[in-house]
Amino acid sequence: MSLRIVVCVKYVPDATGDRHFAEDRTTDRESVDGLLSELDEYAVEQALQIADSDGVDDAEITVLTVGPEDAKDALRKALSMGADKAVHVEDDDLHGTDALGTSYVLAKAIEKTGYDLVVCGMASTDGTMGVLPAMLAERLGVPQVTLLSEVSVADGKVTGRRDGDTATEQLEAPLPAVASVTDQSGEARYPSFKGIMAAKKKPVESLDLDDLDIEAEEVGLEGAWTKVEDVAERPPRAAGTVVDDEGEGGKQLAAFLAERKFV
Amino acid sequence: MAEVLVYVDHVDGAVRKPTLELLTLARRLGEPVAVHLGPNAADAAKTLGEYGATRVLAADAPEFADYLVVPKVDALQAAYDAVSPAAVLVPSSAEGKEIAARLAVRLGSGIVTDAVDLEAGDEGPVTTQSVFAAAFTTKSRITRGTPVITVKPNSATPEAAPAAGAVEELAVGFGDTATGTKVTSRTPRESTGRPELTEAAIVVSGGRGLNGAENFPLIEGLADSLGAAVGASRAAVDAGWYPHSHQVGQTGKSVSPQLYIATGISGAIQHRAGMQTSKTIVAINKDSEAPIFDLVDYGVVGDLFQVVPQLTEEIKARKG
Ligand SMILES: Cc1cc2nc3c(=O)[nH]c(=O)nc-3n(C[C@H](O)[C@H](O)[C@H](O)COP(=O)(O)OP(=O)(O)OC[C@H]3O[C@@H](n4cnc5c(N)ncnc54)[C@H](O)[C@@H]3O)c2cc1C
Ligand SMILES: Nc1ncnc2c1ncn2[C@@H]1O[C@H](COP(=O)(O)O)[C@@H](O)[C@H]1O
Repeated sequence: MSLRIVVCVKYVPDATGDRHFAEDRTTDRESVDGLLSELDEYAVEQALQIADSDGVDDAEITVLTVGPEDAKDALRKALSMGADKAVHVEDDDLHGTDALGTSYVLAKAIEKTGYDLVVCGMASTDGTMGVLPAMLAERLGVPQVTLLSEVSVADGKVTGRRDGDTATEQLEAPLPAVASVTDQSGEARYPSFKGIMAAKKKPVESLDLDDLDIEAEEVGLEGAWTKVEDVAERPPRAAGTVVDDEGEGGKQLAAFLAERKFV
Repeated sequence: MAEVLVYVDHVDGAVRKPTLELLTLARRLGEPVAVHLGPNAADAAKTLGEYGATRVLAADAPEFADYLVVPKVDALQAAYDAVSPAAVLVPSSAEGKEIAARLAVRLGSGIVTDAVDLEAGDEGPVTTQSVFAAAFTTKSRITRGTPVITVKPNSATPEAAPAAGAVEELAVGFGDTATGTKVTSRTPRESTGRPELTEAAIVVSGGRGLNGAENFPLIEGLADSLGAAVGASRAAVDAGWYPHSHQVGQTGKSVSPQLYIATGISGAIQHRAGMQTSKTIVAINKDSEAPIFDLVDYGVVGDLFQVVPQLTEEIKARKG
């Protein structure tokens, strides 16, 4: 079975850096280094494993991102892990686009690219909404098979395990479909030296809003469905008491809890 | 008065606490109308009415359990069409967020996820969110369509406000995509007898410092002495010491209890993302430089194998 896989990857500010907001209350992408969202590495990994699996011959993996110029770094990393080609949707008018807008742009780009299976991460590490995969499925009108800790493709079907809030579910849907995978799906591989070299020669297609027949007003900060009205740094927590355990640490802690009425 | 749709999260008709919080918040915006999908609507309606639901729109069909997410979206959309609400509130569970996301696309409405508070504003609800691992607090407004808002557990204290809670049948027609993803089997998680992690007033978590699955009973013992839920860091989960459903953090559960006790946890940013909004934070760690101590109201620098048993004993003694 031949299989066209599109993996959606996001370029995000490093979570271990000091993340901030810009003047216009969008995520500040200048002050902190960006990288391929760690949670999307799992999506790339699962796509690679599906492409390599028995039921699939002749798979092609396209990695897709909507983001600023630097987002190319995220695409390069995914290519160096083993994806075949990349699509970068880049347009100044995209600045400030919210989840609904991003899902609209991604859906258009996925349709233009052609797909049997879309694989997403479980959430972006900056926005952490975890809504894009469901929105994509809704827009594309195909099944959503999301939050999988195990996934496989065979006989024109995608199956997987979803560890939900109250139960573990086994899911099954016909292709084409949108899947998302969690960080329980298995460690992502490191790019090999050979992979890094090969990635430099892999094609990266650039698309702008015109290419996707999207009007500037439909996206960006102006087109957003939500507006951030206020941003405040959380006041630092008042410095607490830290004691060294000299044999009575447990008792001291119990006294604190009693004082706070927890005991 | 405007009506506000509240999506009910329940297990066989037993309404989960976050829904009661939603009803409480919904009353700031209008009259809550609950949407109950699945069995035992009449049982649920008693509780829902007690917490302010004027009406309970109920539908039951095998599709809700047999297929993923979309049948519930179809039903919520039917409720939307029937009510024309001022806003739609959904609990911020993984599934809740997906339901809300698809509804927002269908309605062409803006969506805010993981709100921790919400108020009425001149131009519609104003939501508060905690972002970048809770380093910032933002206030947002939805500018297009009917606001669709998912609200995190423990964002409000449920307040009783008796209302009719009248059950009305909701007619739902399922669309073509409703049966797209089949649930071929479901294994309910076994109850531990302890409070639900996201709903608990107290959470006791263990990390890599526990040094093995065989030591987690130490954490469970402390948790039981306080009537608390048990959490774990990803390091402990990845090592196979505790089930993933107990992971606290960015890719686990997000908790906001009255008291969070971190034992043998360093306090990495991804862990903090899931617990930083806890009211009181306590840590036990042998490394005085561990970043978790930046967050604590009270910290003990010491060996958890000494401190935790003593603490548990002392709590039991004090409780008599
Ligand atoms: C994309 C992504 C998502 C992630 N999501 C999560 C998440 O959801 N939740 C999460 O927790 N992590 C998450 N992580 C992992 C996170 O970065 C840390 O690796 C993890 O939280 C570390 O767990 P830990 O604190 O238990 O272990 P460590 O960082 O190894 O800390 C162990 C601590 O125990 C202390 N200790 C050891 N022995 C004792 C003793 N006898 N007595 C007292 N103290 C002792 C040590 O001093 C140390 O501070 C994520 C990472 C990534 C990249
Ligand atoms: N700008 C983007 N470009 C490509 N993929 C994205 C983008 N934003 C989100 N995604 C995908 O959608 C998933 C969920 O993101 P979110 O709903 O923003 O938390 C991510 O893990 C990615 O796979």
